[in-house]
Amino acid sequence: MAVPQVLHRARDTMRELAWVFRGVMGENAYQTYLDHHERTHAGGLPMTEREFWRDKTDRQDANPEGRCC
Amino acid sequence: MSKKQNGSHRHDDVLVTDPDLPAVAVDAQQAEAEDRRWTPARIALWVGIALLGAIAWTMLAIVRGETVNAVWFVFAAVCTYLIAYRFYSKFIERNLLKPDDRRATPAEYKADGKDYAATDRRVLYGHHFAAIAGAGPLVGPVLAAQMGYLPGTLWIIIGVIFAGAVQDYLVMFFSMRRGGRSLGQMAREELGVIGGTAALIATLAIMIIIVAILALVVVNALGESPWGVFSVSMTIPIALFMGVYLRFLRPGRVTEVSLIGFALLLLAIIGGGWISETAWGVELFTLDRITIAWGIIIYGFIAAILPVWLLLAPRDYLSTFMKIGTIVMLAVAIVITRPEISVPAITPYATSGTGPVVAGTLFPFLFVTIACGALSGFHALIASGTTPKMIEKERQTRFIGYGGMLMESFVAIMALVAALSIDRGIYFAMNSSAAATGGTIEGAVAFVNGLGLTGVNLTQEALSTMASNVGEESIVSRTGGAPTLAVGIAQIMQGVFGGSGMMAFWYHFAIMFEALFILTAVDAGTRVARFMLQDSIGNFVPRFRDTSWRAGAWICTAIMVAGWGAILIMGVTDPLGGINTLFPLFGIANQLLAAIALAVCMAICAKKGLFRFLWIPALPLAFASVVTITASFQKIFSSTPAIGYWAQHTAFKNALAAGEESFGTATTVAAMEAVVRNTFIQGTLSIFFVVLAIIVILTAILATIRAYRHGGGKENEDAAVPSRTFAPAGLIASPAEKELEAQWAALEPGKRPARTGH
Repeated sequence: MAVPQVLHRARDTMRELAWVFRGVMGENAYQTYLDHHERTHAGGLPMTEREFWRDKTDRQDANPEGRCC
Repeated sequence: MSKKQNGSHRHDDVLVTDPDLPAVAVDAQQAEAEDRRWTPARIALWVGIALLGAIAWTMLAIVRGETVNAVWFVFAAVCTYLIAYRFYSKFIERNLLKPDDRRATPAEYKADGKDYAATDRRVLYGHHFAAIAGAGPLVGPVLAAQMGYLPGTLWIIIGVIFAGAVQDYLVMFFSMRRGGRSLGQMAREELGVIGGTAALIATLAIMIIIVAILALVVVNALGESPWGVFSVSMTIPIALFMGVYLRFLRPGRVTEVSLIGFALLLLAIIGGGWISETAWGVELFTLDRITIAWGIIIYGFIAAILPVWLLLAPRDYLSTFMKIGTIVMLAVAIVITRPEISVPAITPYATSGTGPVVAGTLFPFLFVTIACGALSGFHALIASGTTPKMIEKERQTRFIGYGGMLMESFVAIMALVAALSIDRGIYFAMNSSAAATGGTIEGAVAFVNGLGLTGVNLTQEALSTMASNVGEESIVSRTGGAPTLAVGIAQIMQGVFGGSGMMAFWYHFAIMFEALFILTAVDAGTRVARFMLQDSIGNFVPRFRDTSWRAGAWICTAIMVAGWGAILIMGVTDPLGGINTLFPLFGIANQLLAAIALAVCMAICAKKGLFRFLWIPALPLAFASVVTITASFQKIFSSTPAIGYWAQHTAFKNALAAGEESFGTATTVAAMEAVVRNTFIQGTLSIFFVVLAIIVILTAILATIRAYRHGGGKENEDAAVPSRTFAPAGLIASPAEKELEAQWAALEPGKRPARTGH
């Protein structure tokens, strides 16, 4: 494999890893919501980013998730 | 709620997938052929893994030289996990669960883009792991290290393969097939009203005891430690800042705010070092354990009623960030430094049961001391509910459920290695209760050297040097496991970064890391328990069902906090040493929850008519039941006061009646009365737990027998819906999966049901 190709591979892998890490942290939740909204075209305009994150924590208020010991 | 399907005679061909789309699942025969194709390279790989694992186990179990290198623990664990994952979890998949990728998961058929959202398998693996891993796998192995390295290692590795990972995998799969229903709901459906109610009450009671004992671990780590108190309390303003930042300044920048929070956290640890060197800092932040306990109780109440965005959510981000970072860092550091371990394979405490850290013989107490990491019932609460709503394809449950638990087990192995790598004399000085050591260096040296352990010769200098290295006034009787682990981690990390000058930093970094998990578990646990209580009271007083009703929420939060707070205060003030007497209750509670979860799984398998492979859940169920019921019975009926709560209770009561003014380690009448009171509560709790668990297990056995007589039973799965997406099952896509992925990628965008997040 040529050197540029290896570099490309390495860069792609790093990007993939960063993407997975952000996903684990929960950062892509808004994008997930937008994708879903676009796909289903449900109920008019999607929430703005600010509205979405507010809604998300408000939902957590009503449905707490356990954290393990 | 979706329609339910009755009867077990569903035909597979009911599922007709969209002919305009590429296949949504790898063809079953093709997958089978791929599994069975043993190319020479593949054979060589697995023979290599098996050989390396065998060599590692030989070094640990048979060679047992003067010292054993930590790297063998890592190899033994990883090779065994790989083999178990490749063969045993596959066996379960093929014969018991039979996932079908042609069926849509709840994330697909209930998709709302929020709670129900198909999530990339690697992301979900991390997510699930972050939710199940906490302080439990870090603490238990440290305490069990008194029995030697071999029993703990064997139980962590074998236990996870046949019990812990099986439980997580089964619960996750069955919850996924039921639209993400919780363990409590499944118990009610499968076991009926009696079993379901007993399971609910047991879960609630177990959450209280677990939160109390985790809080006790934090109190013991922070008592008389101005540095620790300062840096851990700084996590509260840091989290509040992060919460405000995410709410008002830059919503959604989770990684960014976590990095800022992490930098502030490091600053808080370094700042704690400066403060602990000033006179005013020492004066202000040196708190006794009772004050800290009250602090945590008040904190727990406030944190559980504050809105989630302000404190809980940001601290959860911080804790996830620290968890993943520190665990990776520790694994790398262990492999780089490869510490030599001089602890014997098995110590006499395994058979005599007189160990100063936790009383009791190897059977059954090893298996309750190490709960998380080998088998943790608490995971069933996470594996049902949250994660199943995010699974993209059915076959991914093996990777996420079984594989996620293997990772937690690996964390437990690393904690064990860290605890084993410190000097044994120091280990016993730190983990013997103040009642035994008197809390002084002289007392600790006399006590530890008096234990008659071969090769242990503790000096006062060793203790005071270690204390000053880690920046503490004293390390004597710092029970609870967390400080010992922190010393172990500090010793390993300073070998890689910074040398002995950095040891104090690493020690407090490790304390911070554990305290963060525990405090998150405390307020999340209080919140979950509050909702469960509101729901239960709602059966009698309907108004309590309304979770937005402020007064009801506050009353239920107060009840829950009072529950764990009372046990916490009892543990902190216990003249017998607190954690030594309470920790078995933690393990027993956790394993009983596991028994409940496995009992529900067994009943479900029986109703599906899978009797040939019923042993897969029945085997760990039988083991967990025998262990916890034996441990509970010993705690209730043993005539040895160090083990039996009631024997201790009676001994102290008789002493009081005889007019004695001191007895055993209790030096005053008030202390003796405290022992009488504490042992009464602990003994009552033991009886309560074991009775509830026996009820649940019996109802499950009855349900299983009933199903056997009828050749199956009513299934409560959601109706099958054909899937319209495809994703690989494991970490790495197989050739057939890659081929399908390419077909899906080639589909014109309008037709493709987009995968989320990309």
